Amino acid sequence: MDLKLFLSAAVIAGTPLLLATLGEILTEKAGNLNLGIEGMMLMGAVMGFITAYHTQSPFLALAAAFLTGALGSLIYAFLTVTLRVNQQVSGLALTTFGTGFAGFLGQKYVGLLVPDNVKAALANVKIPLLGDIPFIGDILFNKDPIVYISYVIVIIIGIYLYKTRKGLNLIAVGENPAAADAAGINVNLYKYVHILIGGALCGLAGAYLSLIYVPAWQDNIVAGRGWIAVALVIFVTWNPYKAIAGSYLFGGLDILGFRLQKFELSIPQYFLDMLPYAATIIILIIASVKKSKKNLPPTSMGLPYFRENR
Amino acid sequence: MKEAYVQFHGIVKKFGTVVANDHIDLDVEKGEILAILGENGSGKSTLMNMLSGIYMPDSGSITINGKPAEIRSPKDSIKLGIGMIHQHFKLIDNFTGYQNILMGNSSASLRQKKEIKKINELMDKYGLHIDLDKYVYDMSVGEKQTLEIIRVLYRGADILILDEPTAVLTPEEIKKLFVILKNMRSAGHAIIIITHKLNEVMEISDRVTVLRKGRNVGTLITKETSIWELTELMVGKPMDPVIHREECELGEVLLTLDGVTAYNEDGVKVLDEIGFELFSHEIVGVAGVAGSGQKELCEAIAGLYPVHKGSVKCMGQEIIGKTPGEIIRMGVSMSFIPEDRLGMGLVGSMDITDNMLLKSYRDQKGLFINRQPAREMAKKIVEKMDISTPSISTPVSKLSGGNIQKVLLGREIESNPKVLITAYAVRGLDIGASYTIYDMLNRQKKRGVAVLYIGEDLDTLLQLCDRIIVMFAGKISGIVDARNATKEQIGLMMTGKVMMYV
Amino acid sequence: MYRIAQKTGVSNKQAALYRLIGIIGALVISSIFILITKKNPIQVYASMIKGAFGSYYRIRSIIIRAIPLAITSFGISVAFKLKFWNIGGEGQIMMGAFGAALVALNFPDLSKPVLLLFMAVTGFVFGGLYALIPAIFKAKFNTNETLFTLMMNYIAIKWVTYLQYSAWKDPNAVGFPKIADFSKNAWLPDVFGIHAGWVVTLVLAVVMHIFMKHSKKGYEISVVGESVNTARYAGMNVKKIMLEALFISGGLCGLAGMIQASGVGRTLAVTTSANAGFTAIIIAWLSRLSMPVMVIVAFLFAAMVQGGVFIETAYQIPQAVTEIIQGMILFFILGTEFFIRYKIVPVKKEQGGN
Repeated sequence: MDLKLFLSAAVIAGTPLLLATLGEILTEKAGNLNLGIEGMMLMGAVMGFITAYHTQSPFLALAAAFLTGALGSLIYAFLTVTLRVNQQVSGLALTTFGTGFAGFLGQKYVGLLVPDNVKAALANVKIPLLGDIPFIGDILFNKDPIVYISYVIVIIIGIYLYKTRKGLNLIAVGENPAAADAAGINVNLYKYVHILIGGALCGLAGAYLSLIYVPAWQDNIVAGRGWIAVALVIFVTWNPYKAIAGSYLFGGLDILGFRLQKFELSIPQYFLDMLPYAATIIILIIASVKKSKKNLPPTSMGLPYFRENR
Repeated sequence: MKEAYVQFHGIVKKFGTVVANDHIDLDVEKGEILAILGENGSGKSTLMNMLSGIYMPDSGSITINGKPAEIRSPKDSIKLGIGMIHQHFKLIDNFTGYQNILMGNSSASLRQKKEIKKINELMDKYGLHIDLDKYVYDMSVGEKQTLEIIRVLYRGADILILDEPTAVLTPEEIKKLFVILKNMRSAGHAIIIITHKLNEVMEISDRVTVLRKGRNVGTLITKETSIWELTELMVGKPMDPVIHREECELGEVLLTLDGVTAYNEDGVKVLDEIGFELFSHEIVGVAGVAGSGQKELCEAIAGLYPVHKGSVKCMGQEIIGKTPGEIIRMGVSMSFIPEDRLGMGLVGSMDITDNMLLKSYRDQKGLFINRQPAREMAKKIVEKMDISTPSISTPVSKLSGGNIQKVLLGREIESNPKVLITAYAVRGLDIGASYTIYDMLNRQKKRGVAVLYIGEDLDTLLQLCDRIIVMFAGKISGIVDARNATKEQIGLMMTGKVMMYV
Repeated sequence: MYRIAQKTGVSNKQAALYRLIGIIGALVISSIFILITKKNPIQVYASMIKGAFGSYYRIRSIIIRAIPLAITSFGISVAFKLKFWNIGGEGQIMMGAFGAALVALNFPDLSKPVLLLFMAVTGFVFGGLYALIPAIFKAKFNTNETLFTLMMNYIAIKWVTYLQYSAWKDPNAVGFPKIADFSKNAWLPDVFGIHAGWVVTLVLAVVMHIFMKHSKKGYEISVVGESVNTARYAGMNVKKIMLEALFISGGLCGLAGMIQASGVGRTLAVTTSANAGFTAIIIAWLSRLSMPVMVIVAFLFAAMVQGGVFIETAYQIPQAVTEIIQGMILFFILGTEFFIRYKIVPVKKEQGGN
């Protein structure tokens, strides 16, 4: 097996995971666990595909996916932030809804392909200079535009979280909303904004699958990747930089079984498929055994906040 | 007459059917310290939370500097120059001191250097010195409070509210705090200090407003009033502020601790060679700064905390190694009132009956529970302890704090213990309810029970107990006779500076 | 300007009314999706109801769908009562079904009662052990159980996929990846035309209700769920109680898996769990952990799915529409919880308050 080809494919398989993981990092940093990623990805995937199919515009398609993801998370945000409903159940409900939404709207499109001009617009573009670096160049810098956008998003989120006052405020909201509130931070606004951006990124992740990765419409196109993203967030300890490596690793595991078949290795693909989940469990255990104050989930994650609670 | 800087006009706030604030008028000047005195539940914190934007009044209005102020959120409050230091600190544990100060303030620039310089200047100006690079989870309570004060000053607050600021401090730290407050008064800040401690009111305030049951029952000039007058206003009837001590002849030794040593999960020694005896017919107090090992001591005796070495004997019988259930059956009863009252000893969502079952259900035969005896016990306790509740099937979390504590202590006493360990039994209770609890403990003492009373308030310990064990960092730094010890002595022992045994 | 305040004293009747309004609201909004297909929503809803309840055969098929949902909900709710967020019902169902299959395929010739009992016990134990793994880590290291159990689902599904497509693939099913059918002795018998799972469900509803409300163990589980510290202070062994409860929780899910494999699929397959593990979470939550209510809610959920299947054939509306309606109803019911717990009150403007 050609290592370079494999790594290159791992980046592609990892990109939807990366986008969804980044979205969920923002959401969880605001103290909300959104188990609706799978649903939002499906919603983004179907709306992205349908828009591309009818408008032939890659830009509109991506925008539609982005907005649909945000719209899905708006339902979740309204329920959990404004109405203070149990986050786990709300997220699961969103996944149910998103699955139905995609299955319903996508039914007529099953098996159809992404229009050629959209495909062309989203084809690989080599970045001058960087793309010429031996080995790495092709793997990282001869890719489709969304991959490059994902790099930019990683850097923006990284700077935002670690270098800006607003990022500090966001972390404060996730750690201790009562303290953040008392410090004059608009807790609900922060939660809404980050849940919505998080959902939009999940929508984009879905569109990556339907427009670039597959690129055609098929039923249940997300196929559990949303849940892997939930796992990845923990795996990369809520760190957007680590999310790149983690996503490509999990992306690599995703395609490894398929590749290994050619070599008739004795490990069945099914066990390789388990690896992302098993790895996440191991990370969870290690984090809890070490009991370090770092790398823990945001303290208030999963809990509703009500200022007047007493 | 010149208008006061901050004015409250007819503030009303209700929670469900409970009226927390009932048409309260109040004013504060710049350059003065106003104490707001009242028992727990009198509406002090609720009133101040209206200034800090946590609550909004149902009716009434607030003016600041002559202008009507509409405070919808903490953000509005900060903009108006109000800084509140809550009883439970509003700090992020996983942030450093600096991060805690800088968060929230979105207008401030990102150039940390300039901000840090500004913060350091403030610390110098007011004589506040802590290491702000430390994470909050590594800070002591005193440091956390100082951090809160620095933060409030950094935001340019000229109205400062402190909610029960001394509750968790040692006498020495309290002195330091008062110096800081006086500095701020001279700098022209308006300072409001919420408290239920009379001697602090006398020491620090210029004026004092007394709240009772949500009403303002009088504003007095501190110099012109006395502790007795304030007590009467606060409680609503003349009251002797001294707690009765039942005088008894000491009985036999019931509980003996010897060299009890324990480590926590991180391997830190939390109990260090603890040894003392507890006699029948006595109340022994335990004093110490929060987290000096009181909780671990209680739990070690009750069999809930692993003891590394040493022995605990109840009437000559070793209890280390026994299960908590066996220890309960030997007549050692322990009740611990945590800060939120529920959560250790009672189940909030369950009714009085089901809470009665907690320690006795295991003694029933078979796999199933017969609730009839518990129901009868619940009725008995409600009657005996004068617990006000709609019925015995009301969830205990719906009861008032005093009644919750009566349920808990009532159950413990009903089990006829030989040794009664009670931690923070009057936490959050008003004076009347506290006295009921003291009477109960005195009655147990008279009956021959050995009582270990872990307390927060040194005045109470000195008046109620026979002897006082002072703990510091997991060690016993002294055991004194409560009849002739002083608060200052105990205060020094609490910080580990003096060791004394009687 | 409005603010939110907590409400007191909402009667069960009012609460039920709120939920009913919520369901109607959900149906109204879902109509939008039906209108997209240019059908009359009222007609569609009417035929959904007809499709669900219209004949004995249909009701029978609702009951068959409701059985695994109800039993899994019982299991999930034991863990939830402990505040252990067991999202792993799906995996526990699979492992239970796997345990049952292991027995059924290896001892096909045992007599029916013995074989079925053996399968049920094995299913229960396999499901229980599978739930015990995250519970042990939770008890020992406080490892986050929500995510742990979630991951365990996928491992179980991949495991069964492996069995179905590779290790246990039936050579007689030419090319078609399936595990061989169980022997007839391993099939649950019918009682009044429906496999005996419904009897098990009703019995379990009563037994589990009594267990949770009137047994010592049930009492302990409630206390631990409410406050670990109180439980410790009462001398309870919190870790042991957590492990026991999770074994029961996973065991019931495993039993649901055994019933599905034996009574419906006649073998083990990746489709055995059919999302029951996730749906059961929602059912348990909506029923506020009351076992008898769970039976009813599970029945209604199954009816909705059944109605969806019907309108797909009758109107050519994709079956996915039932997932949309399901999601909508959930959103609305979740939302109404807010109006049961809180009220919105206008803030009075005072004179002088600008």
